[in-house]
Amino acid sequence: MKRILLALVGTVAGLAALLSFKTHSGLTGGAALPAASLPSSEPSASAPSTSGGASAPSNSTPSSSAPPEPGQSSAAKTIAGQAIQTRYGVVQVQVVVSGQKIQNASFLQLTADDPRSAEINSQAGPILLQQTLSAQSSQIDGVSGATYTSQGYLQSLQSALDQAGIK
Amino acid sequence: MGTVFSFDVRAPGVDDAVLDDAAWLLHEIDETFSTYSEGSEISRLARGELRLADCSPDVRLVLDECERYRRITGGYFSADAGGSLDPSGYVKGWAIERVSNLLTDAGATSHSVNGGGDVQCVGDAGVGKPWRIGIADPRAAGKIATVVAGTGFAVATSGVEQRGAHILDPHTGQPARGLLSLTIVGAHLTEADVYATAGFAMGRNGA
Repeated sequence: MKRILLALVGTVAGLAALLSFKTHSGLTGGAALPAASLPSSEPSASAPSTSGGASAPSNSTPSSSAPPEPGQSSAAKTIAGQAIQTRYGVVQVQVVVSGQKIQNASFLQLTADDPRSAEINSQAGPILLQQTLSAQSSQIDGVSGATYTSQGYLQSLQSALDQAGIK
Repeated sequence: MGTVFSFDVRAPGVDDAVLDDAAWLLHEIDETFSTYSEGSEISRLARGELRLADCSPDVRLVLDECERYRRITGGYFSADAGGSLDPSGYVKGWAIERVSNLLTDAGATSHSVNGGGDVQCVGDAGVGKPWRIGIADPRAAGKIATVVAGTGFAVATSGVEQRGAHILDPHTGQPARGLLSLTIVGAHLTEADVYATAGFAMGRNGA
């Protein structure tokens, strides 16, 4: 993995580019979960169990099964949320819960009624994970926020991540 | 005043020289489009020193796209919201996406590019590990409001920036203040960025 920091500073006189990077020896991979995994302690609202403003779901009622996950002390439950009919297609999320922790979240259904939505879904739709306050416990790779200037970057979380990645 | 770009390349075996190409591309885009530079094409066009027909294809492309998004967003996104020509709301995401495409073409099929708070991710962060992008909490510096995870996606956030509330509601001419922060997630950053800007300009009642 390489973390690269590139600062582009535009000035009246012209452009100065700083480029520095280091290379990591290895990539943390190993036995990874097939979808996002969450470290925190309370179940979130990531499964759409309420339909909000959408029209009535056309299929699937919530169901749960309890396949024990290997290596875990408490039996994990796989819970499928309601299939929600949106104006673009059907969305259904599945979460794997162990005790009070959400271990995994993935899409059961992310179908689209039109080609444009299908194109969007083909990117393996991003999953909005639960709220968390601390960047450290979030195990995030990057941060999106309102535009920071080069000065602001230095105080930003993104810079902390970049610094952690540059050894 | 400047934008900081962070690159996180996870695909092994990518030539470091590609980063020089990325830096050069950003330099070129900045030279053409920087409204802070008197000599940039966009500044000269704004002053009437250049005709649109004499501008580079990129300038005409960007302005065409800005016009298209003006129509789509009912005017909440435009290249002249502040009264002068400034397509930065489009150029920022477009530049990042172009750099991302450059990286992909060079074999970096798993990477993330963050330009001043807007992020384009390609592939996964690791084997079976989607990219996890935190969204900065606008109420608390250094805190994360929530996390979005996915494979190959973009995250664009508009808000009250460090240089002030510069996103204007084009229909009132005043800074948009209804929202603290708005984040749009999508496949491509250029469009996500435009919609984040437009959505923020709409305030609470829009989007």
